[in-house]
Amino acid sequence: MNNYHLSHLQELEAESIHIIREVAAEFENPVMLYSIGKDSSVMVRLAEKAFAPGKVPFPLMHIDSKWKFKEMIQFRDEYAKKYGWNLIVESNMEAFNAGVGPFTHGSKVHTDLMKTKALLDALNKHKFDAAFGGARRDEEKSRAKERIFSFRDQFQQWDPKNQRPELWDIYNARIHKGESIRVFPLSNWTELDIWQYIRLEKIPIVPLYYAKERPCVEIDGNLIMADDDRLPEKYRPLIKPRMVRFRTLGCWPLTGAVESNATTIEEIVEEMMTTTKSERTTRVIDFDQEASMEQKKREGYF
Amino acid sequence: MSSQLDIKAYLDADEQKDLLRLLTAGSVDDGKSTLIGRLLFDSKKLYDDQLTALERDSKRVGNAGDSIDYALLLDGLKAEREEGITIDVAYRYFSTNKRKFIIADTPGHEQYTRNMITGGSTANLAIILIDARKGVITQTRRHTFLVSLLGIKHIVLAVNKMDLVNFDKKVFDAIVNDYLMLTDHLGIEDVTCFPLSARDGDNVVEKSERTPWYNGPALLDFLETVPIHADRNYKDFRYPVQYVLRPDLNFRGFCGKVASGIVKVGDEVMALPSMKKSKVKSIVTYEGELKEAFPPQSVTITLEDEIDISRGEMIVHPDNLPHIGRHFTTMLVWMDEEPMDTSKQFFLKHNTNTTRATIAAIRHRIDVNTLARKEGEAFQLNEIGQVDILTAKTLFFDAYTENRQTGAFILIDPITNNTSAVGMILKPLDESALENDLVPVLDLNKLGIAKEHHEAIETAVKELARQGLEIKIIK
Repeated sequence: MNNYHLSHLQELEAESIHIIREVAAEFENPVMLYSIGKDSSVMVRLAEKAFAPGKVPFPLMHIDSKWKFKEMIQFRDEYAKKYGWNLIVESNMEAFNAGVGPFTHGSKVHTDLMKTKALLDALNKHKFDAAFGGARRDEEKSRAKERIFSFRDQFQQWDPKNQRPELWDIYNARIHKGESIRVFPLSNWTELDIWQYIRLEKIPIVPLYYAKERPCVEIDGNLIMADDDRLPEKYRPLIKPRMVRFRTLGCWPLTGAVESNATTIEEIVEEMMTTTKSERTTRVIDFDQEASMEQKKREGYF
Repeated sequence: MSSQLDIKAYLDADEQKDLLRLLTAGSVDDGKSTLIGRLLFDSKKLYDDQLTALERDSKRVGNAGDSIDYALLLDGLKAEREEGITIDVAYRYFSTNKRKFIIADTPGHEQYTRNMITGGSTANLAIILIDARKGVITQTRRHTFLVSLLGIKHIVLAVNKMDLVNFDKKVFDAIVNDYLMLTDHLGIEDVTCFPLSARDGDNVVEKSERTPWYNGPALLDFLETVPIHADRNYKDFRYPVQYVLRPDLNFRGFCGKVASGIVKVGDEVMALPSMKKSKVKSIVTYEGELKEAFPPQSVTITLEDEIDISRGEMIVHPDNLPHIGRHFTTMLVWMDEEPMDTSKQFFLKHNTNTTRATIAAIRHRIDVNTLARKEGEAFQLNEIGQVDILTAKTLFFDAYTENRQTGAFILIDPITNNTSAVGMILKPLDESALENDLVPVLDLNKLGIAKEHHEAIETAVKELARQGLEIKIIK
């Protein structure tokens, strides 16, 4: 026996840094997609680590659906400024100007236009040939089967039945013009690993993850926070202050809060370990059709 | 308040856990998915809403009658669910108080050898499932061969469905005997055998009262404690340069992952292929400098002297060199629907190095069912055999059995960009007799190119080499 021994988190960190560097070395024009969530926050820190003491050689891109929580946008801008990131923000302005939103058009149309289409348009516009995403394999069943370097055809589509074999730490980065690779450096991390890492590395996260009294209304069994005045009239009288936090962050009308008193990472982890719901249950979009995440992924959503 | 302290203690302990990557292999009805489902379920990592969905799905499409069909947890993709088999690799995560686990769940069907190879390449341990009623069958041989090929050091033989043979010790012993003959033949040293019923949970997480004759631990106990730490190669320092970091004129760092061996600040090192020597000045990370680095750490190394080293080159200790060459023999697994075409020039990726390569000779194919050698014809999908490879660029490699990191490569089709094949290097081959030299030559004087242009041409040729196109310059 020797002392040359890594803990699981150190091993995962080394694996992720290797993946991130491999992309920077092999692609012409990579981008890191930034959702402002906890997983993105970890991914962004890993990128900063991969190139220290230098600067990260690719930009950060946020697809703003125009329905994100205000605190997320504020956090995004402050973080990018503080750590010197080149931040790109893109939205589907055409759909936004046409008034598309979750209350008027439903979650499916909103997600298709403001997230999936906005993302595909942005990738095409900037001609990115590789895009990092913060998805983890333990989040959802169809993600459990996806490669770390996940090939997308010229229409940005994923074909789950025709994935490239991926062995050892040798990643096939070869593509033709117009094709691209989605890269998931956090593939092997679990939700607990993410929290543990945030705790150990003191990584800043959006305050919405911590419990606080917030104005909420119950819509179809989900606790929705009234983040701005676009909440339809009929719900407004029902708004009540509730002590809540968010387990995942997305568009505020589509992201359910959970009642909680957790104000520290330790309390969040404790809550997570004793809770009986897995993390994506607060996401409305996963349940709007059978096998819906797989369908969205085939169409180009992460 | 006390629970706050508990959770902190829990997290502090969790932080120290190591990671075991395991592969499971078995046929559709050996109960493989059921076993994994039970490991996840019994280690209490299944969340309630996943269970609710599972109960709903079990009633609709399940194959387990009225009880919960654990297999449905693992069959993620819609199309496959309807076929009732897992057709690709699915990764599952769970942890216990002692360790974190990543399970690569792979199918047993012959046509999907490719997926098992994919799932197993990073595994520390493989669980081979056997149906106690059937014993060692063709598929068992195939899976075990693939596991030995991938160099997975530890094998668990899970003799499942013991409930259907009345937990008969004789049945178990006979299967174990058969199996050990096979693993002896393949030279696998560490094999541990378990009598199980995945469906009922016997000897999975807790020892069963129905096998009083069995003295070993429950499967999970074993998985939690099997030592894997010593499996890595700590003796031969190999550092494939991944990325060159030059944030300013005063800093030139070579980023990479330590493939094997240990490097310390002050060590004399050599860059390959230039053979130039220097000393390690610092080992840099985001957190600060390290005194030494070991596998699989990702670090950045700076050297005392200004040596030009690019991605794809390697830093080693001068008294411990890898093989250096362009011609070697390998075990190759064909992963592409398109059959092997020996007239093609492939891209070969080895560590961080990409080069053009051809298949110089096919020595034989192996029948994965009988392990007998067959004639060396062009490989079809899922075929395995011994093949000689010739590369355009010089590679720095070791035999796969000595070094899993520097002995592995992939072949990429230049037209489709598919990963056509994966290989494990057996040994270097003589290069003196090579007729088929892949490297084109630029004779600068013969071409009448003036001396002042030589440096520019060298720069361009170096860039082409980085992109996998080696050209030799004669001045």
